[in-house]
Formats: sequence, structure tokens, C-alpha cells
Amino acid sequence: MSAGTADLLEARDLARSYTVRRGLLGRPTAVRAVDGISLRVARGETLGLVGESGCGKSTTARLVLGIEPPDTGSVIFDGNAMPPSGTAAWANLRRRMQMVYQDPLAALDRRLAVGVQIAEPLDIHRIGTAAEREERVAAVMAEVGLQPHHVARHPQSLSGGQRQRAVIARALVTNPDLLVCDEPISALDVSIQALVLNLLTDLQERLKMGMLFVSHDLRAVRQISQRVAVMYLGRIVEEGDPDAVLHDPAHPYTQALVSAIPHPGKTTNRVILQGDPPNPANRPTGCAFHPRCPVATATCRTETPELKPRRSDGRRVACHIAHGEAAAARAPALLETC
Amino acid sequence: MAFVEIQNLSVAFGRSPALRGINLAVERGEAVGLVGESGCGKSVTWLAALGLLPASATVRGSVLIDGTEILGAPKARLEPVRGGRIAMIFQDPAASLNPVHRIGRQIGEALGLHRGMTGQRAKAEVIRLLDQVGIPDAKNRINAYPHELSGGQNQRVMIAMALAGEPELLVADEPTTALDVTIQAQILDLLTTLRRDTGMALVLISHDLGVVSETCSRIAVMYAGRIVEEAPSAQIFTHPSHPYTRGLMGALPPLSGARRRLVAIPGSVPEAAHMPQGCAFAPRCNAATDRCAEVDPVPLPLTQDHSAACIHARPYRQAGHPSHHHAATTRERAMQ
Repeated sequence: MSAGTADLLEARDLARSYTVRRGLLGRPTAVRAVDGISLRVARGETLGLVGESGCGKSTTARLVLGIEPPDTGSVIFDGNAMPPSGTAAWANLRRRMQMVYQDPLAALDRRLAVGVQIAEPLDIHRIGTAAEREERVAAVMAEVGLQPHHVARHPQSLSGGQRQRAVIARALVTNPDLLVCDEPISALDVSIQALVLNLLTDLQERLKMGMLFVSHDLRAVRQISQRVAVMYLGRIVEEGDPDAVLHDPAHPYTQALVSAIPHPGKTTNRVILQGDPPNPANRPTGCAFHPRCPVATATCRTETPELKPRRSDGRRVACHIAHGEAAAARAPALLETC
Repeated sequence: MAFVEIQNLSVAFGRSPALRGINLAVERGEAVGLVGESGCGKSVTWLAALGLLPASATVRGSVLIDGTEILGAPKARLEPVRGGRIAMIFQDPAASLNPVHRIGRQIGEALGLHRGMTGQRAKAEVIRLLDQVGIPDAKNRINAYPHELSGGQNQRVMIAMALAGEPELLVADEPTTALDVTIQAQILDLLTTLRRDTGMALVLISHDLGVVSETCSRIAVMYAGRIVEEAPSAQIFTHPSHPYTRGLMGALPPLSGARRRLVAIPGSVPEAAHMPQGCAFAPRCNAATDRCAEVDPVPLPLTQDHSAACIHARPYRQAGHPSHHHAATTRERAMQ
């Protein structure tokens, strides 16, 4: 990031816990869904946030939008601290930061014509006259590639791709500066995924929005992001240029994640992680990844690694071994770059 | 003769055709991948073959297991096949397991049903099966309930239950779609190991060409109730010959190289009740000509073991294979 461009979004040290009770009589325990996340998104930039279920990526998306308040940490939007969730100032700010959801059919109301739904944010924020709203809806529909006659259609009479276009049109209708996409393609078929990824790429180039793209799909993240952050159990474990992270992953978790990507027409030597993703309610000590890590040492079991730039190339990674602070238990598996 | 021979299988729900003539053979010990997007009929093929569709479905054609017809067969002939010779697992293991019974009991039930095992013998076999599918501490885990296990472990339990009948073929319907990518890698690895150790055949149904290509030696691509292309895995990627297969590959974001614009397939899958004339893919196809709207394409051999249902597909010479001539002549015969 060059010094001249101010960040559109900056999140500092966000943390969020939930209280859960295991079983009917179980004692309530705190689950740290997000455990100290800092991130930045510049105007015109897409940050890909990738990780497996339960790693806290969706909670992070909600925290940066202020849909729920963090326990600790802060969000700076366009140079100002985010107003507390639910206040008038926050509601007013929400028109500048919008969200695209995973399942378009769930995000849309089956009983309403899509035109009405695309206009909703304008109604909520009392933007423009009725005629101006209509004009804006038509413009934004054209922008996402919907036909004028789709305005009166109901979601179920649209194809999967058209529905997700409608969801994106609704998010764009207020001309937001920031678009947060939470798994926007994972409910869609492959051919429609390509359509939506192309659309998001075009829109961002034209509208110069900042984008936070949350996904479990490294392929999609590479396609659309200028930077990628990998999350594991509520923390960012690696961050950098998507190609650098994909082709030369520094963190053992990223290495396993990259090697697990199914690869048409190729059979690669795969790092298969042992065990299941850990339970956030029962967070391992030290580095949270150590019980599944093929190269963990004694240090990894006791000391939590810090996310910091690696000396050799500046890659941000949270791993004792990647930083040379501990010798690997055995040689890290060599990964075939793909 | 192949272990399973599906011939001209068609299924309709009311007036809507779901399958429009499927021909597929599975050899003993072979791993076949069935790929396509939602609604293409890849799951219906196997539900129909095993007689698992509701009575409202009209099923026609033939399904031979070891030469014996099972389509429309009486229960007595069907029962030893279902869960016995052919086992099936599904996408969501949590929905397939009974939440109020311990997993050991559920696997034991399958053992009693298919192999007449009870008591201590059954218990020992449950532990062996759980061990085989990689559930740690199997001896104690037999007392666990499904909710106490993770999604990946529940899928392992489902696989153990499928193995209880010592099947000759396991049909896995999107077995990793609900799982995280690192767990997906574990399950695919397990399926490959089990196939090697037991010699069973595997049909892997998936929307993901990558998943299928790594696990299977042969791939059938389905579109709108038909198999549109079939070939050994390697050939599908070196010589994709149906525009739909090429479309699926072009839609997948690459992991390296310059970031190119993805090639999306325009339009959407035709509704079953309104199948277009001629080739069902023609309205979305960038290579379609006038003839595509007239001729309903049949699978044409391109090499000895590669076929595509597209009038524009051309035979090609395979490196080290003298099959070109043979394919060309069979093709001529097919076209007459």
C-alpha cells in the first residue's frame, strides 16, 4: 500500500466472543469467534478473506460493517471511527457500505418484484424522489446486466445468475464505497460462479469500490483479490499477494489448504492434514494450528506466534517456523506449485 | 460383461423428463466420475437404477447387475443389491444418520441386515470398520452419537456403514460437498485407499471436475439428463470435445498464470418441461450452428474410449494409440 492512499476501511484488533452452553445443563463457555483481527482495505482494492467453516471469517465481515459490535477493537471507515451499531449515524453510514450474501434466494423476498427490492435501500435511506429512484434502479440493473423487463419479475422466476445479479444490484443502488461479499458464489453452479466473479471484477474496476471478499474458495479469491488473508480459528495466519501466497505458502496451514484444492487433470502430492478443524470453544494453547501441524515443535505448543512480516520477503505470517524462531520438527512437505 | 450396465435409462416426473436415455457401464473395481451441474440428472441416474425414486416417477430402460435385470425387479431380487452389492452415500451425513442412536448401533444394524451378524461378532466388526475408515479410538467411539462427531467424522461413519455390506460398488453422491476443503482431501484419500484395499468399484458423483479427476480413471459429463461426453480422466482435460465440458473448464478460475476473464456459460439449464429441439445445449453454445437446433446428437466415438454427443466433435489421434482409424470408421457407422 502506498503511503499516499488513505485506507477506506481499517479494522484494528477486532475480537468477538459468543457464549454457548453445551447440552441442557452444560456450563456456559465463551467461544472466541474472532480473536484479534486487523485488516485494511483501500479504495479500488479487494481483500480476499479465506478460511474454513468456523474460522471466523463471516463474523469478521459482520464486525467490519458494524452489524454486530466487537467486544474489543475498532473499525475506522474513511478516516472516522465507526459510530456504534444501531445509532442513526451508523444507519446513515450503512448506505456507503453494503453486503452481498451467499444464497440469493434466501436474501431476496419471494413475494416482491426484484425492482421493488433493489429500490429498498433508497427507500430506507430516503434517497431521491420516486422518479429518481426508478431511474436509479433502472441504471443499476443495467450496470449488473439485468434486462429492463426483469424489474417486475419475482425472484423464483429468475435464473440463479440473475438472482445474484439482483442481490448485487440492491447492494450497489446506494453507490457504496465498500462492498462486503460473504461467500457470494458458493451456493451457485460453476458456470454461474464465473458469471458473478466476472461481474464483480468489472464493477469494481468501474466503480472503484473497496471490496472485502469472504470465501472458502482459494480459486475465486485469487481471481478477484489484490491481497489475500488466510484465517484459522479467529486469527489471520498469513497475508500477502494472492499469487505469492498460493504458489509459495509460508504458513503450514496455508500449505495444506493450497494443496487440498482439487486440480482438474493433475494429481499432485497432497499434504493431508490429520484431525478435524479445532473447536473454537476449546482453543489449543500456543499456536492454534499446532495439533494438526505436520512441523510443530515444543515452542508452537506454548507460545502464540505473532502476525508479522517475514525477514526474507516481507510476507506477513504468524508461524514460529516460517520466521525461523523454531526449527521444524521435520522438513516441511515440499509442495508442487500449481 | 461389466458389473453394472445401464442401458437407455430414462426417467420422467409427470411430463418433465429428468433422464433422457443414459448408457453407462461400470467395470469391477473401476472408479467412474459423474460430473454436471445441479439438475443434470447425475443423482437421479443412481436413485432410478436402485429403485429409490418415488412411485410417481416413470422409469424406463435397463439396469443389469452382473447380467441380472434389477429395474422393476421384485423386492426379493432388489434387496440383496441395495446396500449389499451396491451401497450409496450422500452429501449430508448428518441428515443420513439417525440422531438419537449411537453410531455403533447404526452400523451394527447394517451388519445384521446384510451379513446376519449379531452380538459380540457384530460389535467386533463395527470396531474394525470404524478403524478402517480412520475413526480414532474406535472402541470407545461406537458409543458416540452423530452430534458428538464432526462433519468429516460423520461422513466416515456413513462410509463404514456402506462398507458393512461388503459392497462391490460404492456410489458416493457429492460426499465432500458439505465438508471443508482440508476434510474433503481426507475423505477422497480414504475412498481411494478403500478401493485399493477392498477392490470395490466407485462411482463418484460431483459438480466439481477437480474432485472427480483426481479420484476417478474415467469421467462422464452430464447435461440436461444425458451423458454428453465420456472419456478417461486424462483425455477429458487434454481433449475436451463437448462445448459444455469446455465451458465447465473455462468457468473455473485458474490457480496460476495471468488472470484471464472467466468464460461463463451464458443462459441457464433448460427446464425439463421445455427441452429445446435438437441439442439441449445449443441455446447456450458458442459453437452452435443451425444444424444443432435440428439434430439431436448421439454420442460419437472420437477415440477408442472417448465419446462426445456433439455433431461438431472430431476424432483425434491419441499419442501412442493407433485408434484413430478405428474410431473414424465406428463413427462413420454411427452416423449412417
